Amino acid sequence: MTRMHRRPAMRARTGGHIDRDTTLTFRFDGRELTGHPGDTLASALLAHGVRIVGRSFKYHRPRGIYTAGPEEPNALAGIGTGARRTPNTKMTAAELYQGMVAESQNRWPSLRFDALAVNSALARFLPAGFYYKTFMWPASFWEKVYEPAIRRAAGLGRAATEPDPDHYEAAHAHCDVLVVGAGAAGLAAARAAGESGARVILAEQDFLLGGGLLADPVHEGWRREMTAALEALGNVVRMPRTTVFGYYEQNMLGAIERVADHLPEPPPHTARQRYWTIRAREVVLATGADERLIAFPGNDRPGVMLAGAARAYANRFGVLAGRRAVLFTNNDAAYATVEALAAAGADRVTVVDTRPLGPAAAAARTRGVEVLPGHEVVGAHGGRGLYSVEARARGGDGGFQIDADLLCVSGGYNPAIHLASQSRTPLAWDSGIAAFVPGTAAGQRSAGAARGRFGIAAAARDGMEAGGAAAAAAGFARRPAFELPAGGADPDLTVAPFWEVTARGKSFVDLQHDVTTADIRLAHREGYEHIEHAKRYTTHGMATDQGKTGGLVGAAVLAEARGLPVEAVGMPTFRPYVTPITWGAVAGHHIRREFAPIRRTQLHDWHVRRGAEFLEAGLWLRPAFYPRPGEAPWDAILREGAAVRRSVGICDVSTLGKIDLQGADAAFFLDRLYMNTFSTLAVGRARYGLMLREDGMVFDDGTTTRLADDHFFITTTTANAGRVMEHMEFHAQTVWPELDVQFTSVTDQWAAMSVAGPNARRTLAKVVAGLDLDNAAFPFMGVADATLAGCPVRVFRISFSGELAFEVATPAGYAAIVWEAILEAGREFAIEPYGVEALGLLRIEKGHVAGAELNGQTTAADVGLERMAKKKGDFVGKALAGRPGLTDPARPRLVGVRAVAPDQQIRPGAHLLEAGSDRSLGWLASVTKSVEPGGWIGLALLSGGAARHGQRLQASFPLHGESVEVEICSPHFVDPENARVRA
Amino acid sequence: MTRYSAFGLLTKAFGGHAGWGRAWRDPAPKASYDVVIIGGGGHGLASAYYLAKEHGITNVAVLEKGPIGLGNTGRNTTIVRSNYLLPENNHFYEWSLKLWEGLEQDINYNVMMSQRGVLNLFHSDAQKAAAARRGNAMRLIGVDAELLDREQVRAMVPLLDFDNARFPVMGGLLQPRGGTARHDAVAWGFARAADARGVDIIQHCEVTGIRREGDRVVGVETTRGFIGAGKVGMAVAGNTSRVAAMAGLRLPIESHVLQAFVTEGLKPLVDTVVTFGAGHFYISQSDKGGLVFGGDLDGYNSYAQRGTLQMVEHVFAAGVAMMPCLSRLRVLRQWGGVMDMTMDGSPLICRTPVEGLYLNGGWCYGGFKATPGSGWCFAHTIANDAPHRLNAAMTIERFRDGRLMDERGTGPWPWAQ
Amino acid sequence: MHLITCPWCGPRDEAEFAYRGDATVARPAADAGIDAFYDYVYTRANPRGWHTEWWHHAAGCHQFVKVVRHTLTHAIAATGKPTDTLPVPAE
Repeated sequence: MTRMHRRPAMRARTGGHIDRDTTLTFRFDGRELTGHPGDTLASALLAHGVRIVGRSFKYHRPRGIYTAGPEEPNALAGIGTGARRTPNTKMTAAELYQGMVAESQNRWPSLRFDALAVNSALARFLPAGFYYKTFMWPASFWEKVYEPAIRRAAGLGRAATEPDPDHYEAAHAHCDVLVVGAGAAGLAAARAAGESGARVILAEQDFLLGGGLLADPVHEGWRREMTAALEALGNVVRMPRTTVFGYYEQNMLGAIERVADHLPEPPPHTARQRYWTIRAREVVLATGADERLIAFPGNDRPGVMLAGAARAYANRFGVLAGRRAVLFTNNDAAYATVEALAAAGADRVTVVDTRPLGPAAAAARTRGVEVLPGHEVVGAHGGRGLYSVEARARGGDGGFQIDADLLCVSGGYNPAIHLASQSRTPLAWDSGIAAFVPGTAAGQRSAGAARGRFGIAAAARDGMEAGGAAAAAAGFARRPAFELPAGGADPDLTVAPFWEVTARGKSFVDLQHDVTTADIRLAHREGYEHIEHAKRYTTHGMATDQGKTGGLVGAAVLAEARGLPVEAVGMPTFRPYVTPITWGAVAGHHIRREFAPIRRTQLHDWHVRRGAEFLEAGLWLRPAFYPRPGEAPWDAILREGAAVRRSVGICDVSTLGKIDLQGADAAFFLDRLYMNTFSTLAVGRARYGLMLREDGMVFDDGTTTRLADDHFFITTTTANAGRVMEHMEFHAQTVWPELDVQFTSVTDQWAAMSVAGPNARRTLAKVVAGLDLDNAAFPFMGVADATLAGCPVRVFRISFSGELAFEVATPAGYAAIVWEAILEAGREFAIEPYGVEALGLLRIEKGHVAGAELNGQTTAADVGLERMAKKKGDFVGKALAGRPGLTDPARPRLVGVRAVAPDQQIRPGAHLLEAGSDRSLGWLASVTKSVEPGGWIGLALLSGGAARHGQRLQASFPLHGESVEVEICSPHFVDPENARVRA
Repeated sequence: MTRYSAFGLLTKAFGGHAGWGRAWRDPAPKASYDVVIIGGGGHGLASAYYLAKEHGITNVAVLEKGPIGLGNTGRNTTIVRSNYLLPENNHFYEWSLKLWEGLEQDINYNVMMSQRGVLNLFHSDAQKAAAARRGNAMRLIGVDAELLDREQVRAMVPLLDFDNARFPVMGGLLQPRGGTARHDAVAWGFARAADARGVDIIQHCEVTGIRREGDRVVGVETTRGFIGAGKVGMAVAGNTSRVAAMAGLRLPIESHVLQAFVTEGLKPLVDTVVTFGAGHFYISQSDKGGLVFGGDLDGYNSYAQRGTLQMVEHVFAAGVAMMPCLSRLRVLRQWGGVMDMTMDGSPLICRTPVEGLYLNGGWCYGGFKATPGSGWCFAHTIANDAPHRLNAAMTIERFRDGRLMDERGTGPWPWAQ
Repeated sequence: MHLITCPWCGPRDEAEFAYRGDATVARPAADAGIDAFYDYVYTRANPRGWHTEWWHHAAGCHQFVKVVRHTLTHAIAATGKPTDTLPVPAE
C-alpha cells in the first residue's frame, strides 16, 4: 500500500466516493493492479482500462462490465484463494480490499484466447433447446460422451473443495418499520419513520448509503445531511452491506449482512456473514429500479454497458468507462450520463435517441453534444473491445459507423419489484414507464423508483410519505419535518417502450445465458409461447442475475411474436432469492460436530474413563462396549453378555424416556393409551405396556409403575421418548380434555441403571438400605423406594436381559455415587459394566423386541404380543388394528433364527428364502453372536411365523453375494419359561 | 411430427431454424372424447401417450388449466431411481426406470436421462441394517444395488465430511442406474409424442366440475365449456383433493409444500445424486452446473408453492454438515412444489367409486421418477377398467383395509412421511 | 415463517411449533366401527383455503394450539385453545 503508483489511465483526478489517499493493490488473472477504498473490483478494473472480464456461458463470447451493481450479468470472478475462493462473485458489487486475488471464469486457457469460443462460430447449430433434439443416438453415448463434454463446458466458476474456514452466525431483529434500500426514497422513509419515534431498520445492500444519490453530485449535500440525521436518531439502525433476500409470512424478511467480505479475511472471532431474520410491523420497499437493456446486434460486446452504470463509474468512482462514448437511449433520464462522462473527461459523447427531438436532446445539443434523434444502433463492433458503433435512422436501411470505445444503453427502468412480488402484492402494468409496478398490501408499501416514482426529488417525497404512513400504521403518529432535496424538476420519465432493433446479428436479451431474440422467437415458433415455457426452453432469466436487465425485454420480444401487449405476456414468476445468498450464512453454526446437539448421560464421564466405545442413539451418545486393551469388539461384547448370564453386570439405561403422570383419571388415561390394562395394577407394581398408534401399528413399549392410586411412572424407549410425550399431550389436550391428568417428562431428572444376572440380588443387597430384596418380599415386577450409599433410589424389579434383574433409578445428580457403590458391591462377583451391544445381545437371546422389530410396520400380533390386548374398553389403535390387512395370517411374524453352522455370520437386513427361490418370505431384523445358545442368532419377521419353526431357510444377502443356511426357531433362545427373572 | 435429429438440426440451421414447427398442436376442444385426462403434467401427458401407443386409444384430450408441465413436473429436483423396499413399490418403480432407459428413443426427445447413480448415505448400524434390507430386496427382484463401505463412499464422493461430522458416514446404498433427467423435457417430450399420435393437448382449460349420470361419469365442465368423455382420468397431483371433491370423493391425502433450491452454476463438483442420512438433505448437479438440492417437507398443509425459512435453515445446515465446501457457494433460487401426501407415503393409481372415473395421484415426493411408469399403468387401468398387476396395490381401499404401503413405518401423518 | 399466537405464550415463531394436522376431525366413539375410524385417521378435506389445524407448542408450553390458517396465503385468522370454537372467515 505504501508503494507509489501511477494514476490509472481512466481514473479522474477528483470526484466520487473513493479515498485517493490510500492505494490498494490487487491481482486480476495474475496481473497486479491498484485501486482505492470505495472502489469495487469492477471500478478498479475499468480504471485500468480492462475491457474483457469474462466469457459467456454458451458461446464463450468475450464480455465486459455491464452494470455497476448486483444486477450484473457478465462480470463474474472467483475471488479469494484456497479454501476462501468464492466463485461467481459479481465484480460490480465486490468491494475492493488490499491484496484481493480475483480470477476470471469460464475460459480456457485464457480470457483473450478461449478454446471454446469455437462455440460462437457454431452458434447457428446451437439454437435454444438444441440438446432436446439431438444427442440421442446411440443411447449409451449420452452418459459416456455427450454429457461429460457438456458438463465440462457448462457451469461458470470453480468451487473450492476444502471446508470453508470462515464462520457465520444468525441474528434476529424486530422493528416497527423496516426500510429496504437506502436511496433517496429509503433515506427519506427511514428518517420520516425514525422521527416519528418508531424503531426503524434501514437495510442497504451497498456498502454506502445513498443508492442513486451516489452517482449524483448535485444532491450530495442532501445525502450527507440525511445520513447524518439518521445516524443521530437513536431509534434507527442502519445496516449497510445487508441484502434483504426474501419476504416471508407475517412480515418476516430474511437478510444477509456481509460482515467481512470487504476484508482479506474476517478478523478473529468475527463472522464472515450474518443471516438476519427481521420481523417488522410495517415494511417500506425502497428497492429502486433496474435499468434495462435494448436488444440489438452486438449488444454484448465488451465496451457496451448500461447508461446508469457508466454514470455511476464516472460520478461515484471517478472512472471514465470510455473516451469516445455513444449513448443509445429511449428516455430522458439517461441524458444524465452525458453530463457525467463529459465531466469525467470524455473526449466526445454522441447520443442516439430513438425518439424525435425532445427537450432533453435539444438541451444537450445546446451544450454541444451531437444528438441523433429518431435513430437506432444496429451494431457494435470489436471482438475484444468496442471500436465502433453502427447507427441508422430508425427502421432505415444501411447505417453509418461512429468511432467509439464505449456504448451506453438505456431502454428505460424497471422498478425492482422482486420483494414486493414475493410478498404477494398485486402487480400492475404502468404504461407510462412500460413496466410493472407493485401495489400495496397489508403491512407493506413500496416507495420511490420501486413503484415508478423516478427522479431524486419525486422518490424522496414518495419515500417520506411512505415512511410516515408506515410509522403511523405501526402506531407512531408524530409528523416528521425535514427538507427534501432542492434543485430542478425531475426529468420527464415516461418512456415509449423500445425493446429491440431488428437487424441481422445476435441480439441478446440474456447476456449471461447467451439467449438471443432469435432464441425467443424459435421458442414461440415451436409452441413454447407461454412466458414460463419460453423461459425454461431458452433459459432466459435463469442465470445468476435473474434477468434483471433483460427479463422484460425478452418478454417483449415474445409478446411481439405472439401479437400481444407485453403486459398480457407478463414476466416470469419472481422466485427467491433477490440476489444469490451464501449457503454457509444460512447454515450458521449448525454444521460439523455442532450439526445436532449431543446428549450425554450423567455417567458419561465414567464411561469415558472406562474406555468405552460409544455409539449414536438418536442424539444420545451411549457406551457400546468397554473393550479391554487389545480386545476385539465381539470379544468384549460376549464377555459383557456372559457376565450377565453367569454372574452380574450393570448397564446405564438413563436414556430411556421417563414420564411422571398424576391425576384422578391417570389410570383411565393409561388404559386408553395402552393396549393392555393399567387400572388393575396394584400400587408398588410395574407392568410392561404396549402402545399402538391409532392406525393399529405398534408405537412404543415400556414399563409403567403405579406409585399411588393417582400417580404413575412411565418409561418409554429411548428413540420415542419425545414422540410418546407428544402423543400423550395430544390425547390429553385435544381428544379427552375432560380427563384429570397432568404429566411431565422426567427423563433428565432420573438416572437409571440395570443390575442384571444371577448375582444381581446379592450385589444390591449389600448396598440397598430400607428394602428387603428377597424374592418373597420384593417379587418380580415389584417397585419400591430405598436408599443406596445414602442416596435416594427407586428400585424396579424388571428385566430386559431375561436374568434376575433390578433397575435402580436415582435423581440424576446421585448417579455416579450410586453407580460406583454398586460396582464396588459387585466386585466380589466380578461385576462387569455392559454396553448397548451386550444389552442388545441379551434381549435378542431372550426374544424381547426392540426398535428393529417395532419399526412402525409391525402389529402386536406380528411380534407375538397380541394377547396383551384388553378385551373390554377403548384404546388408541383398537379399531383399526382389526382391519383385514392387519390381521392377515400371511403377515410376517416374529421368529428366532440360528445359523446352522454356528460360526457362520448372519446379518441384519438379510432376507429369508426357501432354497432355490428368490422370493422373500421375510427378513432378519436383529442379529447377534450369542452367549446362549452360542453362535450367530437373530430375530426375524417371517411369513408363516411359528408354523415354520424347525424349517431350514436361506438368509440371503445378495449385496454381499452371501447366503447362509439358517434354522427357524422360537424367538426365546433363553429361559422361555421365565424362571430366571422370577428367581 | 418433424423428427428430431442432429441432421435435422444441421439442415434447419441454414434456414435460421425457421423450419421448426410447433412441438405440439394447439387444438380447440372437441365436444367429446373417448378419454379425458385432467392434468397436463408429466403423468397426464404420459398417460395420454401410452393410451395411444399401447392401447390404440387416440381420441383423447389432456386438459390443463395453465400451460403444461408447470406444476410438480416443472418444480422437482429431477431425480430418477427405483430403490424401494416394498415389493409393490419396487416392481412399479423399476418398470418406470426401464421405461426411462428407453424413453428418448421412444418419444424422440432428449430428456437427458443421466444414470449418474443415486447414493443413500447411512450413519449408524440401524440405518445400515435398513439399507441392507432395502438393497437386498432390490437385488432379489433384479434391481441393481450396491452396499458401499466408508472407503468406497469416499472414493466416489470425496468432498463429504469424513473428519468432523457429528454423525460420521458409515457407508451408503448405491443404485448405479439411478440418476437425473431434465424435468421440463419430460412434459414437452410426452406432449409432442402424444400429440403426434392424435391426442389433443388443450392448455388454459380448467376443469370446474365432473358431470355424472347416476354412478357414471359422462364428462367434465371446463372454463371452455362442457366436454363429454367416456372415461375421465385425474392426474392432478398437488390438487387431487380439490378435483376429486368435484366427484364427491374425500381422500386420504393432504397437500404439503416441499422446497427445492439451486446454486449458481459451477464447474463439475458433485458427480452423483447423494442423500444425507443424518438430516434431510439431498443434492445433485445439473448439466448446466447448478447444484440442485432439497430436504424435507415444510410440514404443514399448503398449496402455496413457496415455503418458509424454518426448513431452509435445516436444509442448508444439513448440506454443509454433509459436504463442508458447499458453505462458500451461493444459492441462486428457491421454489416450492405442492405434494399430494398420502397417509402411507405411497401413490394411488386406481379406479374410483364413480364408474369411468380413474385416479392417479398421491405421489408424495416420488412423482417425477414415476412419470413414465405412472402413465403406462394409468393408461392400462383406464383402457381395461382394471389395474395392471404393477399398480394393483395402489388403491384407495388399501387404507380402509389396512394393506398399507408404508416404506418407512412412519404412520398416518403425511407431514412426516 | 409463520407467526403463531399461542393462547398461553403470545406470538411465537413457527420454529417453536410442530404441526399436527387437521383439527376438524374428531375421534369417534369406541364402537363406531372401522369405517368411522378410517375417516378419522385417513380422509381429509384438505382445502385450498382456510384450514383449522393443530400446532403443538413443542419448544414452548407443550400445549396444542388450534389455528385457523389459509393454506394458499399462509395468513392466520385466529388461534385458540383446543376447546375453543374458532370462526373460519369466508373465502
